[in-house]
Amino acid sequence: MNGLTTLSSQFCRVFHLGILGLFLITPQVTATDSYQQMRQRLVLEVAGDVAQTSGYIGKDTLDERVMRVLGTVARHQFVPPELHYLAYENRPLPIGHGQTISQPYIVALMTDLLEPGPDDVVLEIGTGSGYQAAILSRLVKQVYSIEIIPELATSATERLHQLGFDNVEVKNADGYYGWPEHAPFDAIIVTAASSHIPPPLVQQLKPGGVLMIPVGPAFQVQQLSMVRKNAEGEITIRQLMPVSFVPFTGEH
Amino acid sequence: MFDRGPPLFSIAILSGAALAYEILLMRLFSIIQWHHFAYMMISLALLGYGASGTMLALAQRWVQKHFFAFFITNAILFGIGAIVCFRLAQAVPFNALEVLWDTRQPLWLLLIFMLLFMPFFCVANCICSAFSKFSGQLHRIYSFDLIGAGIGALSIIGLLFIVPPNTALQVIAAMGLLSAAVAWLEYGARSQWQALVLSIATIVMLSPVAGFSLQVSQFKGLNQALQVLNTEKLDQRSSPLGWLTTVASPSVPFRHAPGLSLNSPGSIPEQLAIFTDADSVNMITRYEGSLHKMAYLDFQTSALPYHLLDHPEVMVLGAGGGADVLQALYHRSNRIDAVEINPQVVDLVQERFADFAGDLYLQPRVSVFKSEARGFVTASRDHYDLIQVALLDSFSASSAGLYALSENYLYTVEAFSQFLHHLLPEGVLSITRWTKTPPRDGLKTFATAIAALEASGVTDPEQHMAMIRSWNTSTLLLKRGAFDDHAIDKLKSFCRLRSFDLVYYPGITRQEANRYNQLQEPWFFDGAQQLLGPQSAAFMDDYKFNIHPATDDRPYFSHFLKWRTLPELLELSQRGGMPLLEWGYLVLIVTLAVALVVSFLLVLLPLIPGRSNGLWSGGQNWRIIIYFAAIGTAFMFIEIAFIQKFLLFLHHPLYAASVVLCAFLVFAGMGSKASSRWRKQTTIRGAGLVIGGLSLLYLFLLPLIFDSLVTIPVVFKIPIAVILIAPLAFLMGAPFPLGLDVVSKKLPVFIPWAWAINGCASVAGAILATLLAIHFGFLIVVTTAAVLYALAALALPRS
Repeated sequence: MNGLTTLSSQFCRVFHLGILGLFLITPQVTATDSYQQMRQRLVLEVAGDVAQTSGYIGKDTLDERVMRVLGTVARHQFVPPELHYLAYENRPLPIGHGQTISQPYIVALMTDLLEPGPDDVVLEIGTGSGYQAAILSRLVKQVYSIEIIPELATSATERLHQLGFDNVEVKNADGYYGWPEHAPFDAIIVTAASSHIPPPLVQQLKPGGVLMIPVGPAFQVQQLSMVRKNAEGEITIRQLMPVSFVPFTGEH
Repeated sequence: MFDRGPPLFSIAILSGAALAYEILLMRLFSIIQWHHFAYMMISLALLGYGASGTMLALAQRWVQKHFFAFFITNAILFGIGAIVCFRLAQAVPFNALEVLWDTRQPLWLLLIFMLLFMPFFCVANCICSAFSKFSGQLHRIYSFDLIGAGIGALSIIGLLFIVPPNTALQVIAAMGLLSAAVAWLEYGARSQWQALVLSIATIVMLSPVAGFSLQVSQFKGLNQALQVLNTEKLDQRSSPLGWLTTVASPSVPFRHAPGLSLNSPGSIPEQLAIFTDADSVNMITRYEGSLHKMAYLDFQTSALPYHLLDHPEVMVLGAGGGADVLQALYHRSNRIDAVEINPQVVDLVQERFADFAGDLYLQPRVSVFKSEARGFVTASRDHYDLIQVALLDSFSASSAGLYALSENYLYTVEAFSQFLHHLLPEGVLSITRWTKTPPRDGLKTFATAIAALEASGVTDPEQHMAMIRSWNTSTLLLKRGAFDDHAIDKLKSFCRLRSFDLVYYPGITRQEANRYNQLQEPWFFDGAQQLLGPQSAAFMDDYKFNIHPATDDRPYFSHFLKWRTLPELLELSQRGGMPLLEWGYLVLIVTLAVALVVSFLLVLLPLIPGRSNGLWSGGQNWRIIIYFAAIGTAFMFIEIAFIQKFLLFLHHPLYAASVVLCAFLVFAGMGSKASSRWRKQTTIRGAGLVIGGLSLLYLFLLPLIFDSLVTIPVVFKIPIAVILIAPLAFLMGAPFPLGLDVVSKKLPVFIPWAWAINGCASVAGAILATLLAIHFGFLIVVTTAAVLYALAALALPRS
């Protein structure tokens, strides 16, 4: 009964909100409800989600620095103007060219798992609008980011420059081969789809470094693959779900 | 007016065009969007049939008075609407991927539904108004309606071989206008310039003036690939099996190698991507005759069986662009029989890009068969060292659960058993799948394999299986003989060199599992152990996803969702849990719910007290509702279930769907015509009972007949299928017009109302048939249909 109630309430929510959506519940930015306030609400929401996923990440909260940066980077600057009003919803958003900006919860989680340090040099494959790079740039010394779609690379470069993220360098190239001139990297994050983990990227990882690959169709992350290279250069891959879910029940 | 009787030929053309439109819309939306939402929009749009009955029940007198104008207008509106409504619908910014994120999306979906509803509503208006106007000729009208629809079902498949789907839509729109012109001629008016104008309009509709291009979602694989600099479309072709686009990407190579080991030496050669319906991708790999450049092929999980076999004779099921054939060649296979269902894919590799592919399909050791995989194996008398079931579906569609509604006869207990029987004594069956976290496909394949081994008389299946996994693929091996120590040593060394994980082999320990691609817990290992243990059934029951083996009676391998888990998944959906939801199934449930609510309203609307139509005081209303709802639902149940049953005989989805559907409709049309001479009350009862009995009898007879004819060529199978369908379909054509005969004598307004009930029941029935089949199997679908026919026989209103 409880299950059915939850189910029906979820669907009712989706459809009722759908019917009313355009006119009634569209959040409008007003003088009293600034982006800053919305951002803080988002941080609280992400913190709540993290608390509920604590069993899987092994801690109740994410790195304080990550959460602080999430509360300062203006996400609305990284989405198309017509979607500004949705920028601080905890959801992925389309940014054109068939690409998306990840859900803030996932961005926070991935950034935390990368364990960024102030002296780190990080490589990102798949710049998109530049939001993940902007978050990282406030946590590390230097971010290098590669975007395959020329238009996105150009707009992200301009955007990051205008917003003062000066320790981010973007180039339009094939990310498969990484950026050997700036290798090795303390951390690498690959948000571009791939049928396998690109070996050149693993080679460009420093011993002790982490390579992160979120895997899944657009608007979703099915799992986070974390490739870790130890001091001896040996590789282990952890495959994490971004959600606290155990498939086994009962005695099994 | 209409002294010559109803415009029968016009009705036949319209019915055919409408059925063709339904099939074509499914194709079109599968290309521009995704199959599951296409199913939803089109199923609901078919409620246009029910809505027309409701409308005519409320306005019958006016429509009867202006029948001719009404008929012609609706035929023209169908013709224009078929193309205009689709073009408007594809301009709606609906994004299926954002449905749970974006509250506007259900609104866009509603808008598309309303647009697609219109053409079906217009066609139904024509047919229903003809019934209403010519109530003395119900049997003839219905027979032209059904026969037209049957021809339409067959024609659209043929048409899609000749022209691309967007051009096929122009043809259907033209048919709408043509039907109006034909109606004018059938009307026999002196002034016939209107028919000439309509004929000219028909020609214009067929010309490039009415042409348009498809607007594919920017989130589909094809459009994502085309964003990359210097990508180029090299070839575009289409058939009912798919819309194929071949793309080259010279600047940024595709490098498609699912599950490739990080230890792989060398690089992946240049590839051309073949996108099917703008999404699912197949690669043609550049091959210049030197295999040493292909070393990466030995670093995928699917290479494992080649390390257990020397120079094997191989059958590849799902050859596609040739990746698995190349892998077999690389491993020095003696003979490779490659089976591919889509002839156009074969032509791309074999002809259009033969140079690029290094004449892969023309190599002396390679034979390519354009055939459906299961059917090919069934008919084959050969035995192989290795049967390789290739990784066919796309990762994103697979991980989002888009295939939940698709019947798949490759991953059933019976299919695996058949594959095992086509192995040589030491032969291996190898099945590679994408891995999902937490495990779904992998464990279901494992459970299916155990059941197949047991069904083949193996008493110790744990000795005959092995499974490994990489970062994102898993490969399961089944042997007819037991795995010996030598084979196990080779398997371990294969995995060690490639950093692949051992999931299962006879004698594995938990410490050996989950080493390289570490999950939170060794779920695959634990699951495999449970499935092989004494508590297997309880484990499957308790597991949060459905991993019970699929069977030929319930061929839904990709359905994993359990109702019990749904509340938890919905709760987690916004917190990273969305990929655990299975969209195909959820869409089916929502579609059914919406169809039932709308049907309920459409059926009850004409009953509002105080209406002047007399329905409220008509008497026996509940009998009419039960009768027409039961026969509408049961007709769809039997049609859908027997398409599936005959699919196992004809094996090809196109032959099965088009031949069976056409035969059902045409013979039902003949039955409708013949039934006008039958004595009413007793015959209807008899027909209902005989249909029920005959369909149940078929359930037991058909497998016996199919088994005995399994090896005969398909050209003989088709007429046999038609002959088998004929008596059942012939009888199924009778209850609707006979019932209309009975009720129209009581009150004319019962005709459109009964049409509304029947139309709504057909929509809900089609959805319900799939739902029942997923949960209980087609046996239950047919049994329920038999019960419904019996119920209809009892509920028939008294004369």
